Amino acid sequence: MNLRSPLGQILGLGTAKDGTSHWWGQRVSAIALLLLGLWFVVSLTTMSDFGYAAVVAFIARPIDSILLVLLTVTIAYHSYLGIQVVIEDYVHAPGIKVFALILSRFAHVLLVTAAVFAILKIGLST
Amino acid sequence: MAEFRLPPNSRIRKGKHFKAADGSGEVRRFAVYRYDPDKGENPRIDTYEIEIGSCGPMVLDALIKIKNEIDPTLTFRRSCREGICGSCAMNIDGGNTLACTLSIDDVKGDVRIYPLPHMPVVKDLVPDLTNFYAQYASIKPWLQSRTPPPPDQERLQSKADQELINEPAACILCACCSTSCPSYWWNSDRYLGPAALLASYRWLVDSRDDATGERLDELEDPFRLYRCHTIMNCTQTCPKGLNPAKAIAETKKMLAERRY
Repeated sequence: MNLRSPLGQILGLGTAKDGTSHWWGQRVSAIALLLLGLWFVVSLTTMSDFGYAAVVAFIARPIDSILLVLLTVTIAYHSYLGIQVVIEDYVHAPGIKVFALILSRFAHVLLVTAAVFAILKIGLST
Repeated sequence: MAEFRLPPNSRIRKGKHFKAADGSGEVRRFAVYRYDPDKGENPRIDTYEIEIGSCGPMVLDALIKIKNEIDPTLTFRRSCREGICGSCAMNIDGGNTLACTLSIDDVKGDVRIYPLPHMPVVKDLVPDLTNFYAQYASIKPWLQSRTPPPPDQERLQSKADQELINEPAACILCACCSTSCPSYWWNSDRYLGPAALLASYRWLVDSRDDATGERLDELEDPFRLYRCHTIMNCTQTCPKGLNPAKAIAETKKMLAERRY
C-alpha cells in the first residue's frame, strides 16, 4: 500500500532539467537528414552503374566522401535519439530499461564507427 | 517489459441483455461497460435496449433513463448536463467525450460506452482521477506574481493579452484529452498529460504572472513535457474544441527560445 500523497508521487524525483536539447537535436538532425538524404538520392539516381569500381570511385571522391560520413553520423545520431525515446516509452522495468539504453548506445557507436572507418579507408587510400 | 495484453482481471466478458418491452417504438441498443470491485468478477458489457421516443436526445439522457427505469446499479458521474462541469466524460463510440453533449443520433449502430481509457476504474463508468488531479495541482494553477497588486484596482491586462489565455482557460478538466493520449497511457506516472500542460500554458502566457521562468524550469524534463510526441489525439477529442497539442508545442518553443 502506497501512503505517499498523490502530489508527492507526481513530483517524484523532480525534473531532470533537460529534454530540450534532446528534442532540439532530433529536429535539427531531421533537417540535416532531409538535405543529406536529398543529396544521397540524387547521387544514386545519377550514378551510371552500380559495379564495384563505380561505387568505390563515388565513395573516394572527396566531396562525396565527406557528405557520406556526415550522412552516416547524422543517421546514427538521429536513430539513437529516436530509439532512446522508444525505449523510454515502452520499457518500464528499471533494470531492463537502463540495459536497453546502454546497449542501444553501444550498438549505435559501434555501427557508426565501422561505417565511417569503411568510408575513410576508401576515401584516404585512393 | 512491454505489456501487450490486458491483465487477466481486466479482460471484458459478455454481460446481461435487457430487452425493450414488447410494443416499443424505435429501439436503440446501448452496450455499457460494467465493473463492480466488490464482486471480484471481471468487467462485462451489459446491453440495454431503449425506446428512443421516450428518451432525451443526448447519450447522458439514455444513461439516466437506464439507471432510473432499467438498472439502478449502473454507476456514472454527471452533474450540469450542459458541457461545463466535465463530470460525464467517458469513452462513447470509440472516442472520449462528454455524454451530455453527444447526441444519440450522431452515433451509428450500437452505442458503446466505456469509462475513460487506461484509468483505474472505481465502478462501471467512474474512473479514478486522483493522479490526474495531482498532476493539475503540480503545475501550480494559480497566479504567481512578485509584483504587489495595485492598491486601488485589479491587475490590468490588455485585450490582446487576455485573448492569449481565453482559450486555454476554457478547459473544464474533464480528462478526455489526457486519457486519449497513448503517451499518457504508457507513462502517466511521469508524463503530465495534455490537460495539465494546457493548464500550465494558460499561466505561462498570462501577462500578470511573474513565474514564467520557474514554470518552464518545472516542465523541462524528458518525461513531464517531452513524452508528448505530437500525436494530437488530445486536440481531436477535446469536447470543448480546445487545442492542447498547440499549447504543448508553444511550450516547447518557449523552452528552445530561452536557450538561444
